[in-house]
Amino acid sequence: MKNVYKNQMRLEFSSKSTNENFARIAVAAFATQLDPSLEEIADIKTAVSEAVTNCIIHGYENEEGIIKIECKLFANSIEIEISDNGKGIEDIEKARQALYTSKSNLERSGMGFTIMESFMDELRVESVVGIGTKVTMKKMIKANEVVTENEIKL
Amino acid sequence: MKVDYIKEEKLLILRITEEIDHHSCEKIKKRADYEIEVHIPKKVIFDFNNVNFMDSSGIGMIIGRYKLVSLFGGKTSLINVKPSIKKIFEMSGILKLIQIEEEIGGTEFEKCI
Ligand SMILES: Nc1ncnc2c1ncn2[C@@H]1O[C@H](COP(=O)(O)OP(=O)(O)OP(=O)(O)O)[C@@H](O)[C@H]1O
Ligand SMILES: [Mg+2]
Repeated sequence: MKNVYKNQMRLEFSSKSTNENFARIAVAAFATQLDPSLEEIADIKTAVSEAVTNCIIHGYENEEGIIKIECKLFANSIEIEISDNGKGIEDIEKARQALYTSKSNLERSGMGFTIMESFMDELRVESVVGIGTKVTMKKMIKANEVVTENEIKL
Repeated sequence: MKVDYIKEEKLLILRITEEIDHHSCEKIKKRADYEIEVHIPKKVIFDFNNVNFMDSSGIGMIIGRYKLVSLFGGKTSLINVKPSIKKIFEMSGILKLIQIEEEIGGTEFEKCI
């Protein structure tokens, strides 16, 4: 029964750069139900910002489009799926390499996937050229139970 | 962004006062480039004291300004970088080119408070 989730949410929004801030804050607010540490929240916000920014810049190349986020909360983890119906990625392995960017003219550093990978516990990238890209990330939220018990005793 | 320029030392201090992402970067880049081109500073310090969030957009933004400042023979450094943001700079390898200073030292410091 490991894959039974406790709660879920879905978001759909336009591929506008103003929504980068909205998306990471919305996901972080949802994740607080698992009582994450400040560092875990910061990691989630950064990873979401990376994936959403990629949909806007690379997926839709700044044209109008829809970005979807689906979140599931499990007992001690959060799964976040971020997708676009944009251009797609030809070579996923190459795209995931640190410092690889197809948009160096836009001052991109090619660190997005590397950050998602190191800040989250799992990263899966699926993409079909001309159809779109879906990034699925999972983060374990370490239980803070010991701390809570002590706090109650106090 | 708050800007301080100390003429005698040709020191430009750019204090970023917002979260750094792809959206906010465009504005920050424009303002920073303008100040750099107007003053041609010997040194540019980016103050991160009021920056609570940064994603990879910030790496590209800092490298871009570093290149511009270097073009005029100036140096670039960062101060007051929070641990969560330092982690991102460390991962990118740019700290080989651009130092994080603990604080602004000596006369430079006195003049900017
Ligand atoms: N949603 C997407 N749609 C199409 N291509 C993508 C998408 N996400 C990533 N890519 C491709 O993968 C490459 C690597 O992405 P990554 O986020 O690691 O770096 P970047 O976005 O180029 O730079 P940075 O994130 O450091 O600003 C991109 O340059 C782009 O070619
Ligand atoms: Mg990216």
